[in-house]
Amino acid sequence: MVNQSDIHDIVLQGIAASPGIVIGKTYHVDRGEMKIIYEYLLNDVQVVQEAARFEEAVEKTRNQLRVFLEEVPEEFKDHLHILDAHLLILKDRMIYDETLNTIKKEQINVEWALKITLDKARAAFSKIRDVYIRGRIKDIEDVVSMILRNLAGKGYEDITTIKDRVIVVAHDLSPADTSQMNIDRVMGFITNMGSKTSHTSIIAQSLQIPAVVGLERATDRIGNNQLIILDGSKGKVIINPSEATLEEYSRKKGKYEQYLADIVRCAHLPAETIDGYRVSIKGNIEQLEEVTAVLDFGAEGIGLYRTEFLYLSSKTLPEEEELFENYREVCEIIAPQSVTIRTLDLGGDKFASNLELSDEMNPAMGLRAIRFCFKMQQIFESQLRAICRASHYGNVQIMFPLISGVSEIVRAKEILRKVQADLTRERIPFDEDLQVGSMIEVPSAVAVADLLAREVDFFSIGTNDLIQYSLAVDRTNEYVAYMYMPFHPALLRMIRQVVASAKREGIRVAMCGEMAADPLCIPLLLALGLDELSINPHAIPLIKRIIRTSTLEESRDYLSHTFNLNTARDVKTYLTEVVTKRFPEELAPDGTPVM
Amino acid sequence: METVGREMVIENEMGLHARSAAKIVQVSEKFESQISLYRDGNVADGKSILDILTLACPKGSVIRVEATGPDAEQAIREIAGLILRGFEEK
Repeated sequence: MVNQSDIHDIVLQGIAASPGIVIGKTYHVDRGEMKIIYEYLLNDVQVVQEAARFEEAVEKTRNQLRVFLEEVPEEFKDHLHILDAHLLILKDRMIYDETLNTIKKEQINVEWALKITLDKARAAFSKIRDVYIRGRIKDIEDVVSMILRNLAGKGYEDITTIKDRVIVVAHDLSPADTSQMNIDRVMGFITNMGSKTSHTSIIAQSLQIPAVVGLERATDRIGNNQLIILDGSKGKVIINPSEATLEEYSRKKGKYEQYLADIVRCAHLPAETIDGYRVSIKGNIEQLEEVTAVLDFGAEGIGLYRTEFLYLSSKTLPEEEELFENYREVCEIIAPQSVTIRTLDLGGDKFASNLELSDEMNPAMGLRAIRFCFKMQQIFESQLRAICRASHYGNVQIMFPLISGVSEIVRAKEILRKVQADLTRERIPFDEDLQVGSMIEVPSAVAVADLLAREVDFFSIGTNDLIQYSLAVDRTNEYVAYMYMPFHPALLRMIRQVVASAKREGIRVAMCGEMAADPLCIPLLLALGLDELSINPHAIPLIKRIIRTSTLEESRDYLSHTFNLNTARDVKTYLTEVVTKRFPEELAPDGTPVM
Repeated sequence: METVGREMVIENEMGLHARSAAKIVQVSEKFESQISLYRDGNVADGKSILDILTLACPKGSVIRVEATGPDAEQAIREIAGLILRGFEEK
């Protein structure tokens, strides 16, 4: 490592994984792969010694696991059974006896014998069809790696022994790593690997600990026990900060904490305007682990559960049982509030490993979402079964993506009814009044919203795709991305039409795109009459605050003025001016949140 | 040596997964008898969580539990009870 003591304020930029600022000392958690060498034992004495080394390492590991079991922090009580299983695996004959036998029979060192044991276990587990059970190989790997660490004399880094609170720096952190940490001692996380939705990020968000991930070489560049500033809101790490920088960040930290305190105080108040107009604010999630954060931030349920993660996180398709368990857990945690599960919204290109589908020229307009599900009806039915079965355990709603007209919603409902009839025949319970909704994200669906409204219990406007399809703009294409404009007069008129159709048939209308989390749009959405906004959990407190300090009356004034403007730019300029002036504490002059 | 056996159906929602397998091991270990689980011609050691897992028994599986040893009868009674109660899952 370079001696950095003379250079101040070295800034590393990573991915902002969990917001907040901390200033503190680093603590490296080494989770590198260990190199295993082969040794041939020359005589029986060595064999006996080697066996004894193994038994000692197992004993140490057992004690460590027992300590973890006793000291598991409250937040991780759900993971207790994993540690129980680890204890059983440790002395399981497939691991313990197998390894001892290999040492004696082959006359080799423990490390190599363990490697053979693990290879055998991997071979046995890879043949299992049940995805969940096949995945338990991870537990065996965790146990073996603990034994290996003890053999190497490294022990298990025990973060509980540190007196001060630290910022954990690691290559990557597994669920087992985080569940074994004393979270009270962790002020922040920094990892080389990871993305916004990786395990560390989600754990950090749900525990509200600042984190920066994806720093690539953090473990090389940041020393141990070094003073750093971690800004999880901006994805920055500042090494060896100067006095001035420290002062600046202490101020920012104070402000942020004040802001958080306000949030906690107000999070659970209803999203109701001063003049008594009430909307429902829900959270969007992608993974089970996010549910707690949704509740903490004051959501009134989950308005969009994106279900793609389980399909993308493994090479094989998830089985009904795995999906069911996942959905059931979400719905039990969120109960009595509801969760709206969106059925699979993926293109065939994402399934390359399983399905033979040809490449498409234009995937956004190709075989994806509901179209893909109709083609691969078995995949669709298995998901619908899992959702229906979960509906028995709470309040579940189902929503179909990329609906372009009545025939698709009719067909999707037919398949749903068939699945429900199967369940009835098999005497498997489900909620027979399960509400069914349609995403409104294709322009043709807007045009026939009056007809669609007769077929469903609710609409959910997905603004991201609706903007892309209406304006014919691919926002990932750098040449036209500037044309992607939520404030386009066309879009506002389309939303107005969808809401009007919904109201005429007396059904609910929600919005679940990014537009619903843009503070500048809130007055328009209130005045347009949306019943529900479903947004990123972190945005909920701010959006609620803006709604609670607005009136429906002024929002209507803004809306009617907006409808007289000709271009997206005019709308944006107008809203930025009036809305930021109206909410100077919450919004910067450019319309972005102050925090 | 006494051998006692009993056919059973796995009725709990999750089948013999990590939690339920762990419970079988914890009960089996209290007994001196050797405990075996049979399904579709495969056999697993009732005192090995990994063995039970690799037997892969989803809900509805028919298994045979056998115990051989001095306390075989009591062992079968307790394991059968555990399975009948659905492993105390709710």
